[in-house]
Amino acid sequence: MRTLEQTTQEVLTLAAQHFNVLIGSLSPADDFFKKLGINSLQALELLTRLENHFGIELPDYEVQGVSDFRTLAERIQSRL
Amino acid sequence: MLDLTGYDSLGAALRDALARFAGEVCLIEADREKEKERLTYLDFQRRAHPLARGLQDSGFAAGHRASIIMTNQSKWLISAYAIFFRGGVLVPLDYKLTPPEHWQLLKHSGATVLITEYHIWRQLAADPGRAGSAVGIILVTEAPPSADLHGALRWEEFRGAADPDLIPRQRTDTACIVYSSGTGGRPKGCMMAHECYLSQCVALTSLYPFWPGVRYLSILPTNHAVDFMVGFIGPFTCGAAVVHLRTLRPEFVREAFTRYKITYVTLVPAVLKNLQKGLQERFAALPPAKRALLNAMIALNKLLTRGRPRLWISRRLLPQVHKAFGGELLAIVVGGAFSEPQNLQFFYDLGIPVANGYGLTEACTVITVNDLKPFRADTVGKPLPGVEVRIVNPGQDGIGEVAARGRTIMSGYLNEPELTAETIVDGWLMTGDIGRLDSSGHLQLFGRKKNMIVTEEGKNIYPEDIENVFAGLPVKEFCVFAANFVWPRRSMTGEQLVLVVHPDSGGPSEEDLLREINARNSRLLNYKRIHGVVFWKEDFPLTASLKIKRNVLAEQLARLERESAVRSL
Repeated sequence: MRTLEQTTQEVLTLAAQHFNVLIGSLSPADDFFKKLGINSLQALELLTRLENHFGIELPDYEVQGVSDFRTLAERIQSRL
Repeated sequence: MLDLTGYDSLGAALRDALARFAGEVCLIEADREKEKERLTYLDFQRRAHPLARGLQDSGFAAGHRASIIMTNQSKWLISAYAIFFRGGVLVPLDYKLTPPEHWQLLKHSGATVLITEYHIWRQLAADPGRAGSAVGIILVTEAPPSADLHGALRWEEFRGAADPDLIPRQRTDTACIVYSSGTGGRPKGCMMAHECYLSQCVALTSLYPFWPGVRYLSILPTNHAVDFMVGFIGPFTCGAAVVHLRTLRPEFVREAFTRYKITYVTLVPAVLKNLQKGLQERFAALPPAKRALLNAMIALNKLLTRGRPRLWISRRLLPQVHKAFGGELLAIVVGGAFSEPQNLQFFYDLGIPVANGYGLTEACTVITVNDLKPFRADTVGKPLPGVEVRIVNPGQDGIGEVAARGRTIMSGYLNEPELTAETIVDGWLMTGDIGRLDSSGHLQLFGRKKNMIVTEEGKNIYPEDIENVFAGLPVKEFCVFAANFVWPRRSMTGEQLVLVVHPDSGGPSEEDLLREINARNSRLLNYKRIHGVVFWKEDFPLTASLKIKRNVLAEQLARLERESAVRSL
């Protein structure tokens, strides 16, 4: 079982790969909309990648209003 | 389609539609790869009538207000029908609002019934905003068996055994209260009469018809005026089917086109742009010979569809493109915000007509729409049949404020007679948008007069609605503006909000303030955020009751150079 810390790191790595930015440039508290300059549609695209990686299903409503990596990782963690 | 001129209310029209199209499919609900539900009009009636009876047995009657806060799904439409059947007034709210915003609007609307989904209710029930609300009956869908419902009832179990009684309404009675803004400032609850919807439906379906067998993909939230009309009232009064998706991930939306052979879809400009980007990337990845052939076919299609769409030709010339959209798409409706002409033209050149238009919640759905005779990407189309448009105080170039009149205009803002009087003048809805009618009667838009922005995702953001988040900022005073309101720009896209702060002498430095502003800004949903800050050293002009005179302050700010005055965040 992953720890929240591990999940968070994996989320950051996958987000960096997905949006083609340096892996070390993202941190848990970052607001992904602002940091990556993405819109809500692109954020939804990232979710599919995260679901495939973690082997879970995240309903759209689970990420409603979430904009930082840490909270996103917590939502994933609760479904692992 | 039903002859809607013979009906006085949505309840009566929809009741007859369910009987007339009983055997046709009306709703398909899919969740990812799985189809969750497929209902005929008869199935729909069998689910809706017990709910209507349940409402009747609980005392819900003519003029009572019931709110729906749900994602797009079958129970949204079933609930709305039951409310109309009982002569109620529907208050559709955006499920993406926060719980305090929901409670604020629920209180303002006077709703006594709330119909919502379990995951939304969990948050609403925990919010202190519930205190003082008039909501007495709360129906929650899809609640887990052991869930604590905090006083709510299960939607699935709330049913009456006997046949419900339809409560007749008059055309001028209010059917819906639709909020165009006001989650932080002055709530603007547009009171829309049955007449508005019945008239608009007749006009719209004369240009873009529905019939049994048509499948409309409903992606825009159904509380939005556009989806309410083209994803509910329009298809239902014509016997067509509506497809709902429980996830809006781009890959599942793409799949839905082919799986369900979609006929119409409504997209916001941001999604249309995303689709264009995806297609262009796929085109660019083709081997040179195939790419050259594709470009030649696109050029030929452009030539052959210059005067009007010819779908059967386009589908033969560009079969792969059309197959990706299911092969039966008649048009993409673009709504919610202004679309860039090149974006619309891209799809039209591929043989996919784009029904772009222009509207406001206050005008039911649309005021103008492209009739495709011919397609004009540089305009937002012609006034809908039955709607008059005029330009108020036009300049020499013919550009002025757009005003609209007709049966589809709201009766007014709920509990706001002054605001209503400012907005509807001598029967004309003053839109606050700037435009011109060209020689062929097409409307072109150039910008806004009003202090608000519309995002590419179709969200209307009013500065007053987001000022709360900056309350208590260690400054003397502050105010949020739409940048184009202060520095008018002839553009309907790329709009931004700016925060004007008057720092306190001896207060934090500008850099410290920027840090604080950034932190607070990130508490707002991403599309509501401000984009820049103006540091203003003078006292704000105030009214006798110490409110900021926004127009006067905007005039003072306009003397500054926008680029140097606004510090980007």
